[in-house]
Amino acid sequence: MRQIRAWWQRMRGLSRDSSREREMADEIESHIQMQAEENQRAGMSAEEARRRAILKIGGVERTRQAYRERDTLPLIENLLQDLRFAFRQLVKNPGFALTAILILTLGIAASAALFAFVDAALLKPLPYYQPQRLAAVYESAAAFAHSNLSYPDYLDWKRMNKSFQSLDAWSGTGYALRTHDGVEPVPAIRVTDGFFRTLGVVPILGRDFFAGEDLPSGPRTTMMSYTTWQHRFGGRRDIIGQPVSLSDVPYTVVGVLPKGFNFAPRGTPEFWTPFHAESECDLRRSCHGMYGVGRLKDGVSLAQAQQDLQGIAAQLAKVYPGSNGGQGAAIMPLSEDVVGKVRPILLVLLAGAGLLLLIACVNVASLLLVRAESRRREMAVRGALGASPMRLARQFLTEGLALVAIGSVLGLGVSLGVMQVLLRSIPKQGMEQMPYLEGLGLNLHVVLFTLAIAAVATVLFALTPLVRLPTRELHDGLNEGGRGAAGTLWRRLGSNMVVAELAIAMVLLAGAGLLGKSLYRLLRVELGFAPDHLATFEVSGSDAVYGKDEDVRRLDRQLVDRLNGVPGVASAVLTSVGPVGFNGNTDWLRFEGLPYNGEHNESLERDVSPDYFKTMKVKLLSGRTFTSDDDAKHPKVAIINKTLARKYFPNEDPVGKRVGNLDLKPDSMKTIVGVMDDFREGPLDEEIWPAIYYSIYQSPDNYVSAVVRTKGSEAAMLPDLAAAVRGIDRDLGVIDQTTMNLRIQESQSAYMHRSAAWMVGSFAALAALLGVVGLYGVVAYSVGQRTREIGVRMALGAQRGTIYGLVLKEAARLTALGVAAGLLCSVAVLSLMGKLLFQVKAWDLPTLTGVSLMLGVAALVASYLPAHRAASVNPVEALRAE
Amino acid sequence: MGDRADVWQGTLALMVLKTIEAMGPIHGYGIARRIEQTSGDLLSLNYGTLYPALLKLEQEGAIASEWGASENNRKAKFYKLTRAGRKRLEQEAREWEQATAIVARFFRPGEEPA
Repeated sequence: MRQIRAWWQRMRGLSRDSSREREMADEIESHIQMQAEENQRAGMSAEEARRRAILKIGGVERTRQAYRERDTLPLIENLLQDLRFAFRQLVKNPGFALTAILILTLGIAASAALFAFVDAALLKPLPYYQPQRLAAVYESAAAFAHSNLSYPDYLDWKRMNKSFQSLDAWSGTGYALRTHDGVEPVPAIRVTDGFFRTLGVVPILGRDFFAGEDLPSGPRTTMMSYTTWQHRFGGRRDIIGQPVSLSDVPYTVVGVLPKGFNFAPRGTPEFWTPFHAESECDLRRSCHGMYGVGRLKDGVSLAQAQQDLQGIAAQLAKVYPGSNGGQGAAIMPLSEDVVGKVRPILLVLLAGAGLLLLIACVNVASLLLVRAESRRREMAVRGALGASPMRLARQFLTEGLALVAIGSVLGLGVSLGVMQVLLRSIPKQGMEQMPYLEGLGLNLHVVLFTLAIAAVATVLFALTPLVRLPTRELHDGLNEGGRGAAGTLWRRLGSNMVVAELAIAMVLLAGAGLLGKSLYRLLRVELGFAPDHLATFEVSGSDAVYGKDEDVRRLDRQLVDRLNGVPGVASAVLTSVGPVGFNGNTDWLRFEGLPYNGEHNESLERDVSPDYFKTMKVKLLSGRTFTSDDDAKHPKVAIINKTLARKYFPNEDPVGKRVGNLDLKPDSMKTIVGVMDDFREGPLDEEIWPAIYYSIYQSPDNYVSAVVRTKGSEAAMLPDLAAAVRGIDRDLGVIDQTTMNLRIQESQSAYMHRSAAWMVGSFAALAALLGVVGLYGVVAYSVGQRTREIGVRMALGAQRGTIYGLVLKEAARLTALGVAAGLLCSVAVLSLMGKLLFQVKAWDLPTLTGVSLMLGVAALVASYLPAHRAASVNPVEALRAE
Repeated sequence: MGDRADVWQGTLALMVLKTIEAMGPIHGYGIARRIEQTSGDLLSLNYGTLYPALLKLEQEGAIASEWGASENNRKAKFYKLTRAGRKRLEQEAREWEQATAIVARFFRPGEEPA
């Protein structure tokens, strides 16, 4: 208790002002005077009396010092003193301080921001109970490593498996929500009854779906997301039990999901409804439309579960060879399913930021080294005045600490800005797939990460100048400016640092170059169609209104007619899935007359309106395209792409051949009437798949993608086109209005490559700048050190050219070393980027050569300045200078 | 620095407390002189160590200080015991007596415990 009180008093002593100091001095002075008076009374002279008094007390300064130390906590007092001194030093040298702080801020900001992303995306992407026990469950087929489950398969898997505590499934859907102003398309998910229990999510209001609620006989009920509850229903608690109209069917609201809940695989669904298998597809074993999610039993590994399901799939394949032949099982951690695609890019970016941070630290360290060099004399003086080596070392530590502290705080601030910029650069669509990025900011993890960086940097910065701390030869420092051995040591260390910096910069530059080239290749990949002047959007009609084939067929006809009637439209067409979308929506084909062994000939399937290929400007290779006569009254026809033609009809003309389903059912048979050139239906970075096209009038859809070629600006036409659609039926949903070029630019593959290229590119630019500045520093310092030598050489007749050569040769040697080391590292490191490179190898010679040249030239330009200074040395002055 | 609990420090604090108790409010010099006199000038006190000891006692709340005028009308800082200090003095005095009594037994001839 007593001790605590005393400590507290001493802590307070730290902040006391100088009046306290004066008080202590006064007390000691009064003591001395009293003693002196008494001594005088005893017969001493005034002078002697005072001398004795001081002697008796043991020296005024010593007493004061002891007194002062007792008054405060000397360790902290010293630290504060050092800090104050450090700040004074920094302020006195603003150029150095600003440069160092700026560099550190940049490095820390970049690392902290990217760490925040990694933390959000890779470390805690799933806001569920024990997410590591959750698995994403897929079927697998020859063409698809991961394909959706069919409902009948799901039921069998759920019943037969021994690995999962619970296995549930979901399927994305959309409803037309009736509101006061008409209807609005809303994303939704149909789930099996135990879905939320499997995730371990409990509604904050109302109840979860009960067992059996997902059966066709179950009631029409729905749960909604927290956001929907807040925005659409004002957060009213009496919403439970109220009806909402989804696609003209009344559903009863039974629950509201928690605020923090999100389901990344499906973006931002507003409503969740029980599955209710009813449609033809739901009940067909070969119609794959569901995603499985299961919670593993305790002690069951992913591999064991995989084996279990694989066994079940094999059994099903035996029982149902037609639909299940060749179908297996594929499971992975749910987190892998959610963030698997962004992981490589995030890791590459984090690595890039890390390298930038490293180069920043090396750079600041070498700045400190230069400063330590110029402060040798100061250190020597302080040493001579009695500062212990420990005390001097502590001074450096404090200065490093001050730098890092300022850099970290600024860096964290800047990183918030960087995060916002990065978040905003993500297209809306991409953002919906990464709900875990919402609320990204400075959390505890990021701050701890930054603290860890700061600690390492502080140690580094404290140790660096220590190399130059003249412990044994303090007096040497006093003698002279300190040249010779000491200078060489620094030059060697500084040179090594520069080589390291250049090598790191080289790695980053090479990475940026490769990513840039990938992006270039990707955006210039052969599309197979002309994307300019194409507007595109999706139209959705509700199943309730457009449930029957003839209604849908009429809708599709009306859409084509109305859109073509809008002034400024050259031609408007429909397709069931827009181009540059995804490789999915496939059909299994069997060709009449070709041998068939039961395998699934997987092919993309698209339903398109007559002028589709003409509008897209895709070349017809043989046969004909669809006409408006290819409708329900005429025989069914099909068009195939070149890849499909090559795969199944390598040596003959497919036109006139017939194709059908796996049983060659008569009503499924279609005659191939044409072969089109290949174009990109799927993502830019994937291979072109076989594709088959049906006439939309023979195979109508109530959810279609419209593609409109315009005469003028396509973006400007979008409102008119949407109005034309709503002119048919104001309840039709018009979704994702955009231009084809934007659709390509913002497609996931393009976005991934672009962001990677830009980020790594800016890191590389900064790194190169820092590396080159570092080189400049080393060369300039070395020239400064060698002024006398250069003077001697010139006095002895060396030409200016020789001097240039002397300096540039040193710079060139360092640069060459750095670039060479960098090249080796690049090839090793960049091979790890594999997935992010598109049509480019890690050892792409032109890129590596270009980057080396760029860095080399920049380095030589930077060393030209000091070389010029060296060559302009006046020999007479140089010799006299010392 | 640090609070080394060596005997000298401990006894100095006790002497200071006892002196202040006996003399009433008193300044540092007075305490120093008084300690020397009481010890019959056997103890040569380094006056410089007195002040940190006073400060420590003050920080621990055993004494309080106040500026005032000395007998020669000189400005000086006067120390007096606080209530906590008085209690501490009693306790430490008791402990001291006990300790010396024990040690003394070892040096008293012919009184070996039977």
